[in-house]
Amino acid sequence: MFYREAGHFHDRYREDMAIFPIREDRIGIRVLLAIAFVAVPLLHVAGVPPFAGDYLFSAVLVPLLILSVAGIGLNLLVGYCGQISLGAGAFMGVGAYAAYDVSVHLPGMPLIATFLLAGAASAVIGLVFGMPSLRIKGLYLAVATLAAQFFLDWAFLRVGWITNYSPSGSVTAPALAVAGWQVDTPVERYLLVLAIAALVALGASNLVRGNLGRQWMAIRDMDIAAEIIGIRPVQAKLTAFAVSSFILGLAGALWAFVNLRSWEPYAFSIDRSFQLLFLVIIGGLGSIIGCFLGAAFIWLLPLAVEGVPRWLSIPISADAASNLTLGVFGALILLTLIFEPHGLARIWAVAKHKLRRWPFPY
Amino acid sequence: MLGLDPAKIAFFVEVLVSGLLSGVLYAMVALGFVLIFKASGVFNFAQGAMVLVAGLALVRALGWLEPRAPFWPALMLAIAFSGALMTGIAWGVERFALRKLVNQTALTLFMATIGITFVLEGLGQQIFGAQVYKLDIGLPRESLFVLESVFDGGILLNQLDLWSAVLAALLVVALAVFFQRTQVGRALRAVADDHAAAQSVGIPLTRVWFIVWMVAGFVAIAAAAAWGSKVGVQFSLVYVALKALPVIIVGGLTSIPGAIVGGLLIGAGEKLAEVYLGTAIGGGIEQWFAYVVALLVLLVRPQGLFGDRIIERI
Repeated sequence: MFYREAGHFHDRYREDMAIFPIREDRIGIRVLLAIAFVAVPLLHVAGVPPFAGDYLFSAVLVPLLILSVAGIGLNLLVGYCGQISLGAGAFMGVGAYAAYDVSVHLPGMPLIATFLLAGAASAVIGLVFGMPSLRIKGLYLAVATLAAQFFLDWAFLRVGWITNYSPSGSVTAPALAVAGWQVDTPVERYLLVLAIAALVALGASNLVRGNLGRQWMAIRDMDIAAEIIGIRPVQAKLTAFAVSSFILGLAGALWAFVNLRSWEPYAFSIDRSFQLLFLVIIGGLGSIIGCFLGAAFIWLLPLAVEGVPRWLSIPISADAASNLTLGVFGALILLTLIFEPHGLARIWAVAKHKLRRWPFPY
Repeated sequence: MLGLDPAKIAFFVEVLVSGLLSGVLYAMVALGFVLIFKASGVFNFAQGAMVLVAGLALVRALGWLEPRAPFWPALMLAIAFSGALMTGIAWGVERFALRKLVNQTALTLFMATIGITFVLEGLGQQIFGAQVYKLDIGLPRESLFVLESVFDGGILLNQLDLWSAVLAALLVVALAVFFQRTQVGRALRAVADDHAAAQSVGIPLTRVWFIVWMVAGFVAIAAAAAWGSKVGVQFSLVYVALKALPVIIVGGLTSIPGAIVGGLLIGAGEKLAEVYLGTAIGGGIEQWFAYVVALLVLLVRPQGLFGDRIIERI
């Protein structure tokens, strides 16, 4: 409907293999990025209604983008490599507390380096808890990752030096500064998170199109067959755990430092793990754009469940709203699994496909 | 006795016995998992939510009936109400979820049960309320001292736990009879062995699924009654189900005796670890000890103690 791809003839391999092989898509993504990086902050400065206050940035956009980053991390493991994990929240927690420890014990460390170290710490822990995947898989592995979740939950609360001997395990992040830029206002935090999310998305989509990503997908589709054609499952699975935990740790550090500012171990409990798992299921297993769609969905749905009855002036208690959210979530997971197992990303792709052929469907 | 202080032995036995008795309760939740896995190959994450909903239905029905009727008929009616509800849930699960997901991978079915968990939690708490309810189904609660002649001061036992153990034993016997001696039980075993073969000799798959979820629902009522009497009916019952996961890993996913033995091992191991190791490394290790044991069992013997061996063919 909006554009046709007729007349695009690729005569080079790299044109064929580009992330966006169609020129209109490339233009579209640039426009989208320009809106996100330039137009949205400008609208805030200009004071246009939804962008005027801090609410949209601090309560919607920042957490949504960080969840997308975490979703990408988990999707690499679950969607691309087929190793189900119920411990994603704990790996986010590792990143958060590692970033805190770096900032406490190594003062003066640049913020970006802190985040990278947090990711690295999470990657190491992820490798350790990924070891069982070499012997077990599927549902059994899910239980093994639950072991990681419960053990790490306990460690955040009980092992003193992780929280710098704070009695309740709750800690506060230091002031954020990137190369002399003080990241104070919600809009500045939004820009920081947006930049990181864009880089992670770019990196991840390149990774999954390369050698490593193809190895993961082969393991996911049929591990024994992959082994026969020469893929080393040990290497493939452990790299998937390491890369996935790295990104989850990075997302955890962002969640703690940029979104929450001060937090307690409960922020990374098993509920967070489930939230992330739903994010990737509803968004679409094995899809990067699905992570953003899924994050938008799971973050906006509770806001909608609370907000819509208020607009319709139906009184609804906080308890009822949270129960309703739970129920709607569960029902949506079932509906997604039954009607569109490939998630929102697939719906998006189908819609695009249909529009390209409009008005001549077949 | 081996030159040990009798008081220390008495304390050890006390910890051991209380661990075993709480292991019985884990085993009761684990039984529900095993039943569904055995008969349909679905790893039922929703068992915890079923225990919660069964408990909430039981306690609210009992609370409503108690002022209106004598205790025992009221209790029976409450159990019947809760049983009817679990039957309805089993029907709904089969009709609206499992039937649409035939031929999907085990992972998809597992994720579907997570979805069911959330629906049950949300609806259950919306309908029955989310407070902590006290459940009294008439079991004696006094503490008991035994073996006073052997140990100074005797060993402290909780009668409620003992009665729960009796209840669990009865449940296992009933399930064993049901599986071995009835026609429906035989159909369930046939479906467990081979879906396609069972279907080709005329066993309706959908009805078998319905029945097995219903039986798991009844097991959930028993588990809810035992747990609810001990800790009250509340949302944390869902987390009891998470304790049952390592139990079935240790015992084997497909074995009813495995669930019991696994439950006892985990229960006893957990309490002993908490008392004797926990003080050394900071306490609260009950949270993850069971999972680490399960992890070790998985690494050494992935099928668990009594489970069927996992064989894969291309």
